[in-house]
Amino acid sequence: MTKATETSADSAIIAQHIVRRFGDRTVLDDISLTVPRGELFGLLGPSGSGKTTLIKLITGIDRADAGNIQLFGEPMPQLKMLQTFGYMAQSDALYQELTGKENMAFYGSLYGLKGKVLADRMQSAASLVNLTDHLDKQTSAYSGGMKRRLSLAIALLHEPQLLVLDEPTVGIDPVLRKTIWNELRTLTEKGVTIIVTTHVMDEAEKCDRLGLIRDGKLIAVDTPVAIMVQAGVHTIEEAFISLGSERSEHS
Amino acid sequence: MRIRALVVRITRQFLRDKRTLALLFLAPLLILSLTKLVFDGNTVSPEIGLVGPTAALSEKLEEQQASITLFDSFDAADKALHDGDLDAIIQIVDGKPDITLEGSDPSVSRSTQLVLQKALQSGAQDLAPTVHYLYGGPDMASFDSFGPVLIGFFSFFFVFLLAGVSFLRERTSGTLERLLATPIRRSEIVLGYLAGFGIFTLIQASLIAWYSVQVLGMSMSGNIVNMLLINLLLSLTALTLGTLLSSFASSEFQIIQFIPIIIVPQAFFSGLFNLDAMNPVLQKLSYIMPLYYGADAMRGIMIRGEGIGDIQLDIYVLAGLSIIFALLNVVALKKHRRM
Ligand SMILES: Nc1ncnc2c1ncn2[C@@H]1O[C@H](COP(=O)(O)OP(=O)(O)OP(=O)(O)O)[C@@H](O)[C@H]1O
Ligand SMILES: [Mg+2]
Repeated sequence: MTKATETSADSAIIAQHIVRRFGDRTVLDDISLTVPRGELFGLLGPSGSGKTTLIKLITGIDRADAGNIQLFGEPMPQLKMLQTFGYMAQSDALYQELTGKENMAFYGSLYGLKGKVLADRMQSAASLVNLTDHLDKQTSAYSGGMKRRLSLAIALLHEPQLLVLDEPTVGIDPVLRKTIWNELRTLTEKGVTIIVTTHVMDEAEKCDRLGLIRDGKLIAVDTPVAIMVQAGVHTIEEAFISLGSERSEHS
Repeated sequence: MRIRALVVRITRQFLRDKRTLALLFLAPLLILSLTKLVFDGNTVSPEIGLVGPTAALSEKLEEQQASITLFDSFDAADKALHDGDLDAIIQIVDGKPDITLEGSDPSVSRSTQLVLQKALQSGAQDLAPTVHYLYGGPDMASFDSFGPVLIGFFSFFFVFLLAGVSFLRERTSGTLERLLATPIRRSEIVLGYLAGFGIFTLIQASLIAWYSVQVLGMSMSGNIVNMLLINLLLSLTALTLGTLLSSFASSEFQIIQFIPIIIVPQAFFSGLFNLDAMNPVLQKLSYIMPLYYGADAMRGIMIRGEGIGDIQLDIYVLAGLSIIFALLNVVALKKHRRM
């Protein structure tokens, strides 16, 4: 398990002793996590365990009740750091009245893209998620998976250093999902850091490292193989179940 | 740059949404036209019953466009009055005219009295006073007097509703959160909304102004540019107030709930009704209502022909309220992102 190594400038994300409460419910309880640059990091955990909450804290959209977070060595939250990452929320944030293209152009210009650069980026992001033929349709006429893909394309638009993806492949077919994961892998090879939440176990196995969240605590952070070895099982799914129950026996 | 992106987006959304466009542009015209039809219909010609030998009076009354029915006895006339066939009865008692009014509708009573007065005066050997009007004139209908208030009211009402609902949608659809994950400043969001909606409210204001003066023929003694300015300021106040209050609503229905709380009281205090009978302390409430200033200025411009100097205070107050509400909006967005 990697302990938060305090100052490393090579780290994309450093979170230390994060606590987040809603009312008197502690949703995240003393979470510490370091993600080095260029890593594909997966967050795994049951529904309601706090994955989305943690991701929002990392981006600075939400603020922790205790603890601190650094992105690329800069303390968060900070307005200028919002330019450094591409975000894909768990629910698609699209304007129904606008076409796919207009949605992309809108978000693109918020990140300062314009003219030919914007057009080129829209083109390549759209072809990556296989949406080129549907860009002139209003998004109200999109299927669930198409909306998901458009959201992903929007997150990729400004070629960010960090990608924060909250369940990016829900509702996307296996073939396209494979293409997307290959692309994510290519991006990390170029030095892009990716943090992704998922419920899909075969996706979890493709991550460099995994963080397992349960009941607001990070119960394990390691490579998929090491996690399986540690739990003495053969699949991530079994590891998840066994590590989770082990934890509750201790407490 | 980011503000422009927001303006382009809002414009596109508006243009795609034909129903909302119609609500913004056509609904005020429809309602203004209806109000005019109701209040300005034909000049009322009262039904008057005459009892006894009153030929001279009957002639005078007919000159005033009253319709006259002659009765032999007061009882017969009285029955007609009860049946609702008459608005008034005149008989001569001791050489003086004696008038009985039906009286259940004050506005009918008033116009009947006016007709009787005119007829009786002209009968009395040219002792009738000559009447002068400072504003308006004998032809000024009640619609001319409260039309300017209504124009202000509709600009305010529809923009408030639309802005409130649009901003609420932005929040409930998750796009606000996504927007706030981009490097846009909170103030840029508010300015973008102001500019994007501003374009449409300016078109709305021009359309209403043109329609009410040119088509409905409302009296307009001032400058139409001033009228547009006031209308625009009033819309901006509605826009900023609407977006501000939308952060206290969690559904479209809750936005509708603001109508009786925010909009209707303003209608009461804006001059549609005469407040002289109200407790003077309560009357002062009107000073906190944006519509009061808008209506005051609209009336000043359209009826009294006031120039920009006379409506200065109204302009300052409306502009000030818009700025305050806009700043509060920027602060309210902190609830969603603290930087
Ligand atoms: N704004 C909020 N107010 C109150 N409670 C909240 C809020 N946001 C999240 N929670 C609570 O925090 C807990 C964690 O929510 P979160 O959305 O992070 O879960 P998740 O791990 O992303 O779940 P899922 O896999 O279903 O997306 C949940 O129990 C949820 O009820
Ligand atoms: Mg979630």
